Amino acid sequence: MSLWDDIKALAEEVKAPLTGLSITDSYSRQPRVTIQYPDVRRPLSRRARWRHVLNRYENGLEKCIGCSLCAGACPANAIYVKAAENTAENRVSPGERYAEQYEINMIRCIFCGYCEEACPTQAIQLKDIYELADDERKDLIYTKEMMLTPAPEEE
Amino acid sequence: MDFSQFSHIFWSVPTNEVPAADWWIDVLRAFVRILVPVFFVLLLVPPLVWFERRLLGFMQQRQGPNRVGPEGIVQTIADGVKLLMKEDIIPSNVDRTLYVLAPIIMLIPALVTAGVLPWHPSLVWGAGAPNVDIGVLYLLAWSSLAVYGVVMAGWASNNKYALLGGLRSSAQMISYELGMGIAVVTVVLISGALSVRDIVFDQSAYGWIKDAAHTTAHHAAYTWGIVHKPWLGFLNPWHVAQFFPMGFVAAFIYVVAMLAETNRSPFDLPEAETELVAGYHTEYTSMKFAMFFMGEYANMVVVSAIAATLFFGGWTTPIAQLDQWDNTAVGWIIPAAMISAKIGLGLYFFVWIRATLPRIRYDMLMSFGWKGIFPIALGNLFCVAVSLTAGYWAGLAVWIVLAVGALLIVANLDSTKRFTEKTRRRSVLGLYASAQPFQMPLVKTSNGAPPVDGRTAAEELVK
Ligand code: SF4
Ligand code: SF4
Repeated sequence: MSLWDDIKALAEEVKAPLTGLSITDSYSRQPRVTIQYPDVRRPLSRRARWRHVLNRYENGLEKCIGCSLCAGACPANAIYVKAAENTAENRVSPGERYAEQYEINMIRCIFCGYCEEACPTQAIQLKDIYELADDERKDLIYTKEMMLTPAPEEE
Repeated sequence: MDFSQFSHIFWSVPTNEVPAADWWIDVLRAFVRILVPVFFVLLLVPPLVWFERRLLGFMQQRQGPNRVGPEGIVQTIADGVKLLMKEDIIPSNVDRTLYVLAPIIMLIPALVTAGVLPWHPSLVWGAGAPNVDIGVLYLLAWSSLAVYGVVMAGWASNNKYALLGGLRSSAQMISYELGMGIAVVTVVLISGALSVRDIVFDQSAYGWIKDAAHTTAHHAAYTWGIVHKPWLGFLNPWHVAQFFPMGFVAAFIYVVAMLAETNRSPFDLPEAETELVAGYHTEYTSMKFAMFFMGEYANMVVVSAIAATLFFGGWTTPIAQLDQWDNTAVGWIIPAAMISAKIGLGLYFFVWIRATLPRIRYDMLMSFGWKGIFPIALGNLFCVAVSLTAGYWAGLAVWIVLAVGALLIVANLDSTKRFTEKTRRRSVLGLYASAQPFQMPLVKTSNGAPPVDGRTAAEELVK
């Protein structure tokens, strides 16, 4: 390398910190990429498997017929279903029976989605509700009331 | 004595004209006056920490603290309370006296140095100690004391990492103090004054000139007049622009040395996390750690104030005609606002540098100090001396000869040749240029509550 090339290389070394300063300065005026979580949420994929939801038909009847197939399919033994008969005056689901008590232990659940696959009526679905933290173990056993979608309003 | 007489003496009578019987008013005034810079520096530390973290965040496309209080400005208070609540541990094998003394010694020099830095030309209320004849020596003496805190902390902690941190710090500070001292001497040469007040006067065009007839041993009197011709008719002759390249080089050397003196990036070797845990304050917790922290940030404020005072005109405005320092409210606000703004810019520079430059290797740090900063400062000082005796053009000629000669010698060194053959600067820069910042589409939801149907957000995106 000639002397002139060496001087040019040295000049580049001197220029380098200034280039760096201009880069950081320009970045300080660019939009920030932080997603401010509780205020702004990042959309999850359609197939996200988080908390379960118990669905209803459009007329307000529950889809779950209390068949316990989900409990049987569950590899973690997280589901407890206690069925009861539908009667004429107390009709909860279209079938013969309905789930009187339906609990999922979110501590045991591994969010595998087998319950969703096993269900014959698509009553149970895993959705993208992911804020499941709690400071009490008992509160992590979700009951039917907690997971059931709200009934459509009477018209 | 009635109150109006007291307040007259208290607010506007210079020290040497206070009636002998009322000496206590002067003493009282000195106490109150010295509290101003101390509180200025101490109260600036929490917002400064917030400012640094927030600005660092912006420069890395993050948010920085923005939760506690408006824009997160109270975050530092919360952190401080957390620090105070923590258990104060003194490890069993430390040298207790030195261990407890170290954080105090770290903090005090910063507060004491701030005392002589003026925010107004007034001899009554212009600075913590407005009329120190050897202000510059005082600054140099105190600013080099902070290193004792670091070394003592490292020694007393009985911890090898802390000791290494302390040793690094002392070696680094001693090396860079030379360059810094020579840069300051350059200023002393240019202005011909050791008093900080006179140095600032020297940087204003329409200023008060020293009135030899009225100057007493304890009180330099000034009368209004044109000290220098303003540049281009309106610019104040700040030292950074005096004798063109030389004042600038001196300012540059001071700025580099001040980064090293405050142990700030890229010279933060004494607390290099990757090598030394936390360096000299590894063993400190709670209040003592908070004091180290405060000392570091107070030091930042003070060195930028010194840089502003010595090189960037102190309380003078850039435009000479705007300078006002009579005894009206405007005459007090403009100088104080100017020096505060300059300190603020200095702090911005500190953070900016920290966001940009990586920490340098220790041997590079030392060779940069001894083979770079020190000889450049010396040569520069020589050129300033030539300019003062033989005129600016002679000084400039000497400067150019020295600079070209040094450049040729450096470019011909074997080590430079080895370096330039291997440098990969171009390819690395290309990589950086092609990297794109990460982006993500955002969906607004209500504050805190999860959406009722968890899938709405995702479905909106699909539509
Ligand atoms: S997701 Fe898997 S583990 Fe969880 S309840 Fe359903 S089947 Fe059981
Ligand atoms: S959720 Fe589905 S599988 Fe489980 S009990 Fe109800 S209907 Fe049966």
